Amino acid sequence: MAYTKRIDGRKKFDELRPISAKTGIIQRANGSAMFQIGKTVAYAAVYGPRELHPKFMQNPKKGILRCYYNMMPFSGSGDRVRPGPNRRAKEISMVTEKSLLPVLDLEQFPNSVVDVFIEFPQTDAGSRCAGICAASMALADAGIPMKDLVSAVSVGRVDDKIVVDLDYSEEAYEGGPVADIPMAVIPSTGNVSLLQMDGEISKEMLIEALEIGKKKLAEIHDAQRKALKEKYK
Amino acid sequence: MNEAMKKHLIESLNKGVRYDKRKLDEFRKVEVEYGISKSAEGSARVKLGDTEVIAGVKLSVEKPYPDTPDEGMLMVGAELLPLSSPEFETGPPGIKSIELARVVDRGVREAKAVDVKKLCIEKGEKVWAMFIDVCTINDAGNLLDASGIAVLAALKDAKFPKYDGVEINYKEHTDEKLPLSKYPLPVTVYKIGKNLVVDPNLDEQEAYDARLTVTTTEGNICALQKGGDNPLSIDEIKQMVGLAMKKSEELIKVL
Repeated sequence: MAYTKRIDGRKKFDELRPISAKTGIIQRANGSAMFQIGKTVAYAAVYGPRELHPKFMQNPKKGILRCYYNMMPFSGSGDRVRPGPNRRAKEISMVTEKSLLPVLDLEQFPNSVVDVFIEFPQTDAGSRCAGICAASMALADAGIPMKDLVSAVSVGRVDDKIVVDLDYSEEAYEGGPVADIPMAVIPSTGNVSLLQMDGEISKEMLIEALEIGKKKLAEIHDAQRKALKEKYK
Repeated sequence: MNEAMKKHLIESLNKGVRYDKRKLDEFRKVEVEYGISKSAEGSARVKLGDTEVIAGVKLSVEKPYPDTPDEGMLMVGAELLPLSSPEFETGPPGIKSIELARVVDRGVREAKAVDVKKLCIEKGEKVWAMFIDVCTINDAGNLLDASGIAVLAALKDAKFPKYDGVEINYKEHTDEKLPLSKYPLPVTVYKIGKNLVVDPNLDEQEAYDARLTVTTTEGNICALQKGGDNPLSIDEIKQMVGLAMKKSEELIKVL
C-alpha cells in the first residue's frame, strides 16, 4: 500500500492549500490579522504593550508576551467545542508564545504585557500553525519591535509519502502510518521555534520533512509580508 | 466617561447631533454575510458600522428535557472575546456576556421562531438540539442588537447534517433547513439625558442612563430587558417600545 494521491485533490505532496491573509481587520485592537489556509481560518488581535496585572507577574527588565489560543464553539470538525480553555488550548497557547518570543524585542516595555488573542471561526487541521502566522502578522501590525516574522505549517508523513500542510482527512488517514509535525521557522535565520509531533516517523524521514517544510514556508512568509504591505497601499 | 464629556455628549444630543452625524433613531450600516464558517451547520457575520460579531449554529441529537419530551432544544451562548475589545478579559463568562446571551435566547425562544416540535425525532428519546454561539470580533457599541441579527441569520443559514438514526455525519449536509418561520429582532433603545437613541457607538454606550431591549416579531413583543442604573417612566417605555418596533420592521429587511 502506498499513498498515491492526496485526498483533497492537491496535485503535489508538498503543495500548500490556498492561502489568504489580511492585516488590520479588528479596529479596536492595536494590531490584528487574518490568516486562512484551506478551510482553517485564524484571527489574531494584539493588545498592548499595556500594564500587567497582577503586579507580581511584572518583569522590571522587559515586557512579557501572553498568547491565547481559542476555538470558537462551532469551529470544530465534529461536535460543538465547549467554550473556555481546556488542556489542549492551554498547551497550544504556551507553544505559540515560545514560537514567537525569539523574534520579539520587549526590553523597551518593562512591567508590561503584550496580549495576543487567537480565535478560529472554522478549522480543518493546522490551526496552531495558522494561529502563529496570524499572530506574528498582528504583532507586526501593532508595531511591536520584531527581528522577523514567524511562519508556520505542519509537515508530516502519510504512509510512504512526506506531505506538507496536512488537512483533517490526511491526519485521520487509516491506510498506513501518519505523522503530524507542526513547525514554525524564523525565515531570516532558518531556525525552528515550534516543533511538535505525533504519530510515527523515522529519523531520516523527519529531517527530510523538516527541510521540505522549511522550503515551503517561504511561500507562507511571502503571503504574510504581502498582507502587511497591502494595508499601507 | 467623565462628567464633562458626558455633559457635552448630552448637550449635542439635545440639539439632535450625534458625534458620528447620524440621526438619533438611525442605525449604522448593517451588513450580513452568510455561511462564514464551514465547520458550523449555519453561520453568519453581522456588521453594524465597525461593530462585528459572528454567530454559528451546531446541531446535534440529544435526549429531550423530561418536561418537553417532543420538543427540540435551543441554547444561545455568547462570548465577549478579549480579541474584540481591550475591556474584555479572558476567563469564565462575565455578567455582560451572560445577559447578552440570555436576552437574545429569550427572544428566539419566546417568539417560537423555530418550530421545536418539528425537531423531535423520537418522543422522549431523541430530538435535535440547536446550539447557537455568538462570538464578538470588534466592539464598537451595540453588541446586543448585532448579536440578535447574527443569531437569526445563522439559524436561517443552517442546514441539517446527514443523520442515519445512530450517528451524525458532520462532513455532509442535507438541503433541509431549520423550521424557522419568524425573525424576532431585538432592538435596544438607550436613554441618554432626555434623549432616546438607537444603535449607540462606544461613547454613547458609556454615557447612557437607562436602556430597554425590545424584541418584536410580526407586530408583537416577545421579550423585554431593561438595563442601566436609572428608572424609566411609563411614558418613556411607551416611546421606547414604539421606536424599537419601528426599527425592528426596518432591520428585518436585511435578513
